[in-house]
Amino acid sequence: MTKFLVSRRTLLSASAALLASTALPRLAFGQDAVKGGRLIVAADSEPRNLNPAIVASNGVFFISSKVIEPLAEASFDGENGLAPRLATAWEGSADGLSATFTLREGVTWHDGKPFTSDDVAFSALQVWKPLQNLGRLVFANLESVDTPDPLTAIFRFSKPTPFQLIRNALPATTSVLPKHLYDGTDIAANPANAQLVGTGPFKFTEYKPGEYYLLSRNETYWGEGEPNLDEILYRVLPDRAAAASALEAEEIQLAAFSAVPLADLDRISKVDGIEVISKGYEGLTYQLVVEINHRTEQLANLKVRQAIAHAIDKKFVVDTIFLGYAKPATGIVPQNAPEFYDASVPQYDFDVDKANALLDEAGYARSADGTRFTLRLLPAPYFNETTQFGAYLRQALAVVGIDAQIANNDSAAHQQAVYTDHAFDIAVAPPVFRGDPAISTAILVRTATAEGVPFSNQGGYSNPAIDKIIDDALVTVDEKARTELYNQFQQAVAEDLPLINVAEWGFITVARTSVHNVSNNPRWAVSNWADTWIDG
Amino acid sequence: MQRAGELVIRRLIGSIPVLLIVLVGTFFLLELASGDAVDAYLVSSGGGDAALVETLRADWGLDQSPITRLGLYLWNIIHLDFGHSVLLNRPILDVVLERLPNTLLLMGSAIALSFGIGSLLGIVAGSRPGSARDRLLSIGSLALYAVPSFWLGLVLVVVFSVQLRWLPLSGIETLASGKAGLHRAWDIFRHLVLPVGALALIYLALYLRLMRAGMVEVWRQDFVLAARAKGLSRRRIVWRHVARNALLPLITMLGLQSATMLGGSVVIESVFSIPGLGRLAQEAVSGRDTPLLMGIIVISAVLVIVTNLIVDVVYALLDPRVGASEASA
Repeated sequence: MTKFLVSRRTLLSASAALLASTALPRLAFGQDAVKGGRLIVAADSEPRNLNPAIVASNGVFFISSKVIEPLAEASFDGENGLAPRLATAWEGSADGLSATFTLREGVTWHDGKPFTSDDVAFSALQVWKPLQNLGRLVFANLESVDTPDPLTAIFRFSKPTPFQLIRNALPATTSVLPKHLYDGTDIAANPANAQLVGTGPFKFTEYKPGEYYLLSRNETYWGEGEPNLDEILYRVLPDRAAAASALEAEEIQLAAFSAVPLADLDRISKVDGIEVISKGYEGLTYQLVVEINHRTEQLANLKVRQAIAHAIDKKFVVDTIFLGYAKPATGIVPQNAPEFYDASVPQYDFDVDKANALLDEAGYARSADGTRFTLRLLPAPYFNETTQFGAYLRQALAVVGIDAQIANNDSAAHQQAVYTDHAFDIAVAPPVFRGDPAISTAILVRTATAEGVPFSNQGGYSNPAIDKIIDDALVTVDEKARTELYNQFQQAVAEDLPLINVAEWGFITVARTSVHNVSNNPRWAVSNWADTWIDG
Repeated sequence: MQRAGELVIRRLIGSIPVLLIVLVGTFFLLELASGDAVDAYLVSSGGGDAALVETLRADWGLDQSPITRLGLYLWNIIHLDFGHSVLLNRPILDVVLERLPNTLLLMGSAIALSFGIGSLLGIVAGSRPGSARDRLLSIGSLALYAVPSFWLGLVLVVVFSVQLRWLPLSGIETLASGKAGLHRAWDIFRHLVLPVGALALIYLALYLRLMRAGMVEVWRQDFVLAARAKGLSRRRIVWRHVARNALLPLITMLGLQSATMLGGSVVIESVFSIPGLGRLAQEAVSGRDTPLLMGIIVISAVLVIVTNLIVDVVYALLDPRVGASEASA
C-alpha cells in the first residue's frame, strides 16, 4: 500500500499546480482498490506488428505495454524519473563502456517459464539493436551482454555510451521478449509478435480484427496483489466521433491519446461521471514544428526563416487550435524535459513589422499584388491540429507577403512528398520528444544520411557545428558535460532555425469517474495499468 | 429454365473482361497515388532508419517495377491465390472472408428493408397520385434522400444510444460476451437496427419514387381503363394490375443498388465500427495495400456480378419478353 500512498501524495501536489486548468485527476482518498472487473477502452488503430521490442511506437505500446514489460518505466517520483520494472537496479560504468542491470527475482513468463538474464541479453542483441526503430540508435554500439548469473545482465559497448541516454531510453526501448519463443526463429515473422507472451500484469487473450483486443489478468504477476482488473478490452473505434458517444453511453470507460477531439472536451467535461485529464503524457511530448526545405532559395536565407518565426502567433495557435491544451514552444527541447530544457535560447516573438522588415532586408520586396514569393506548404495529416495549423500558417504568412499554397495529402503521400521526394518548401510535422534529445530529436536537424526516413531532417539542412555537438553528445559519458552539450545544441538551433518549434502538447485522456489510478505516471497510457481499478 | 441457364453462362463469361479491367484500373489508380505501403507503415510506426526502409521494401516486394508486380498479381489471381496483406500481415482471403458476412448482413438487410418498405410506400403514394398522402410521402422521402448517411447515422446514435440508451452504440455484437445461439442472434439484431436503419432510410426514397412514378405511368394505360370498366375493385386494380406492372424498374434498380451499397457502407461501417468490407477497403487505400484492395474489389465485383445475374434471371421470369429477346439474340 505504501506505493499507492506515495503516488497519491504526488498526485495531490501535481494537481495543485494544475488547478488553473480544467484537468483535475480524480483522487481516490479513503477508497481501497476494488479487485476485478473489465475495463473497456477505445482503440483507434490496429498495429500491424504488436511487438513493442521491434516497433517502439505509442500505438503499439498502448496495447502491448500491459503484456510485455520494459526494464524500467517512467515515474513522477522515482529517482531520475524512473520506476523499476523487470530491472530493480541499474548502473553505468565511469568509462561508459558497460552498464549493469540487476533483474527482478521470481518473475515468470506467461507460459510459465522463468525470466532470466538470458532473455535480456537475447532481446538486447537480437531485437533492440538490429530490429527496433529506436533501439538501432540507442544500442548502436552495444557489443555483447554478459550474464554472470540469472539475475545480472552487463551490457558491453564498443564506444563510450552515455548511461544518461540508456537510462532515458529504458521505458521506450527495453521491452523484454522471451528468448525460448524467439531464439532460432525469424524474429520479425514470429507468431508471438501477434499473440504476445510477456511478463506483464495482463496476458494477451484474444484479438478479433476490426473489433477488439482482449487482455486478461496474469494470476502469477510479480507485483504483489496486482493487477486489480480482471480484463482490459480495447474496442476498435475508427470514427473520430465514436469515442465521445461511447463514453457518454457508458459503452467504454476510457479514451486515451485524445481519441475524443479537443473540440468535444468542453461539452463532455460537463457530463456527469466523465472527467477530462491532461496529465499522464509528460513523457510523450509531441512538438508542433514547421519543417523547412533549405534547398529552396528563399528559405536558405536565415532572415527569411526568422521572419517566418516572427510571423507566427504561438499564443493564438495554443489558444485557438489546441484550445489551451498545449504550450507555446521556446525551442527544440520541450519544457517537459527539465533535465535538458534551456529557457535562455533566443526567442522569436510574434511581430509582423519585424517579419516584414526582415523580408525586406533579405531582398524580397512585395510585388504589385503584395506578395513577395510563393511557397508550397504541406501540413502533416496525422492530427486535426497539424492540418488546422497548416491553414493558420497560410494566413499568417499571407500577412507578411508570403503566399503559401497548401497541399493536403494522406499519410503515405505526405511521407513520400516530404521525406523521400523533398517536394515541399515548408511542412508541418508533429515529432515526438522521447526523454532524451539523442533518441528522436537530434535527427530532426542533423545532416541527413539517407532519404525516405520519416520524422528526420529531409530539408537538406547541414550545419557542421550542430552535427559536431550531436555526435559528441552521443559519446560523452559525463552527465553534466553531456547536458551542457545539449544546451549548446538548443542555442545553436534557436539561432540558426533549421526548423521552427511552435507548440508542444501532451494528449488528453477522457475517463468515466469509476476508473481509478488514471494518469499516475508520465507515460500512463503506454504503461502497464497494474494498479488501475474500477468501481465494482 | 433452360433459357435462364444459358443467360447465366453467357453472363459469367462476359464478366471476365470486366473483372480484368477493374483489376488493372485499380492497380494503376493506386499506383498513381503517391506513397507506398512502406511509407504508410513508417508513419504509423513512428519512423525508422534507411536500412529498415530498404529491408521492408524488399520484403514486401515493393522494390520491383509496377508492371512486374501487376503481372505477378494477375498470375496469382488466376490460380485463386489472393496473396498476403502487408497492412494486416495475414492472408488476404482469410481477412476478406472474415469481413464479408458482416457486410452482406448489413447490406442485405438494408436493401431488403429499403426495397420492401420503399415499394410498399410507393404503392400507397401511387395508388392515388396527387393526393395529400402522396405529396407527404414524396416530400418526406426526398428529405431523407438528401441527408448524408454519416450524419443520419450520428443522429441516430445520439438519440437512440446516447440519450435514450435503447440500442447499442456500435459494433456488430457485444464484444467478448460469450453469447451463443439465439442470444447471439438477438444481440446482433439489436446492433444492426441503427446502421441498417440509417442505410435503409436513405435508399428508401429511391424505391418509393420509382414505384410511384411507375404507377402513375401505368394508371394511364388502356388496360387499367378496361379493368375499371370491368368493375374491378380499386384495391384489386392497384395491386394486381398497376403495382405489378410498375414493379419491373425496381428490380433493375435493386441490381444496381447492390453495387452502390457496397460503397455506401464504408461510411456506415466506420460510424458504427462494424468490421466490414467497406472499412477494410478504406484502410487498404490509406495503407497503400494494393493486393488487399484488389482482393476486396475482386470479391465485391463477383458479388455484384452474381447479384445482377440473379436480378436478370428474376427479371426474365417476371417478364417473358426480356428473357426471350436476350436468349435469342
